[in-house]
Amino acid sequence: MGKPKLALYWAASCGGCEITVVDIEEKILDVADFFDIVFWPCIMDFKYEDVEAMEDGEIDITLFNGAIRTSENEHLAKLLRKKSKLLIAFGSCAHDGCIPGLANFYDKQSIFDYVYKESPSVEESSQGVFPQTSTKMPEGEITIPEFWNTVKTLDQTVDVDYYIPGCPPQSFQVAAVILAVIDILKTGKPLPDKGAILGADNKTCCDECPRERKEKKIKEFFRPHEIIPKEDECLLDQGILCIGPATRSGCGALCVQANVPCRGCYGVPPNVKDQGAKMISALSSVIDATSPEEVSRIINKIADPLGTFYRFSLASSTFKRVQFSDKT
Amino acid sequence: METKQTLKKEINLKDGVFEPKIVGFLCNWCSYSGADLAGVSRIKSAPNVRIIRTMCSGRVDPSFIIKAFELGADGVLIAGCHFGDCHYLEGNFKTMRRIEMMKLVLKQFGIDARRLRLEWISASEAEKFSKVTFEFTEQIKTLGPLRLIKN
Ligand code: SF4
Ligand code: FES
Repeated sequence: MGKPKLALYWAASCGGCEITVVDIEEKILDVADFFDIVFWPCIMDFKYEDVEAMEDGEIDITLFNGAIRTSENEHLAKLLRKKSKLLIAFGSCAHDGCIPGLANFYDKQSIFDYVYKESPSVEESSQGVFPQTSTKMPEGEITIPEFWNTVKTLDQTVDVDYYIPGCPPQSFQVAAVILAVIDILKTGKPLPDKGAILGADNKTCCDECPRERKEKKIKEFFRPHEIIPKEDECLLDQGILCIGPATRSGCGALCVQANVPCRGCYGVPPNVKDQGAKMISALSSVIDATSPEEVSRIINKIADPLGTFYRFSLASSTFKRVQFSDKT
Repeated sequence: METKQTLKKEINLKDGVFEPKIVGFLCNWCSYSGADLAGVSRIKSAPNVRIIRTMCSGRVDPSFIIKAFELGADGVLIAGCHFGDCHYLEGNFKTMRRIEMMKLVLKQFGIDARRLRLEWISASEAEKFSKVTFEFTEQIKTLGPLRLIKN
């Protein structure tokens, strides 16, 4: 029997997830040794036709990072789903939409208007020249992918077997998952249940945070640049909006140990569907106010609540995007 | 070209007039009893409000509100005990903070915050309950049905 086949692909993403794979250091040699890497456009030269030519289910595992922004992303998601036994949403973009998902604050038209017309960096002569999916040239037709109105997650597009959260997933977690997979393939141990979150824990970021928590009573919120936080006290206690209570554990609480509040990249903790709703719930217990006016005064200091509570999960949230239908 | 799609949703029309669907979360100890009193006293209230009884208004997690909208509610009413009367002492203060925050976020989501209403209704305020249901139904009628974009 040949080596198990591994594919890695990036859709709408920054490339950080690819770096995290390389960051597993010498264990990458085990990967190259154990697997036959059949598709990894970031690192090696492969063509989409190579994948199209494969049998269905020929690839054992595909690590898919990136959100679904364009028709090309969607095509590859469908293609890789068909060709893979196991499709893993790798990283926050594929899992939750992540930063690309924040484009769901807008729609295609308003994004195009800004990027190709209104942005100060657009030359006057090309203002309002919008990309066309197909252009006829004397030599023939040139096509580019279509830009969808809404960013989607991988599992809103195709069936997904497992998820590895994080922006990016921490490389020690990635290494652990890969070694576990190698072990499973070697020994025939049972696979985890379908839909399982791999490479993360089952608590919240607060659970692995070393900072000391007291009874929270927040009178005022501060943005990180407005105060110098005390080193060992909970950031939220100090009025810095930390998304730790609404975020899955597994990263090792890295940001909070660097005096930076958790931003929520590991997605919702177990048994939670909507990260923003969870954060609102957590905050409503700790804001120290007994009248609506007082509450307004305190929460109005939160710059961009939606973008903060759903920074990584707008596309996977219940509403999925900003609704333009309800303008009155 | 991809077009904007709205979630499939049955829009209630009675004689061609839009009849809103409203989900009302009422706390067991005050508002639900108030609604009950309205019933036994034969005080009419708007049938648009579908009541869900919760132990405390503080039990209404923001995700319940979001889910109600997702599943087709045009408005969500939350009613609990007056300050000082909450059976669990502070539940309604949490509710108040939560609703204020929910409104901010709903606005940013592009959903009219007037679709979410918070009221304090005691067990004896049957009239108030009735008035709130009619007022809120009228309010939602002027706002029209909530249509969510998916794509
Ligand atoms: S809120 Fe942030 S700083 Fe506080 S315990 Fe949780 S993760 Fe740590
Ligand atoms: S019991 Fe009525 S609001 Fe808490």
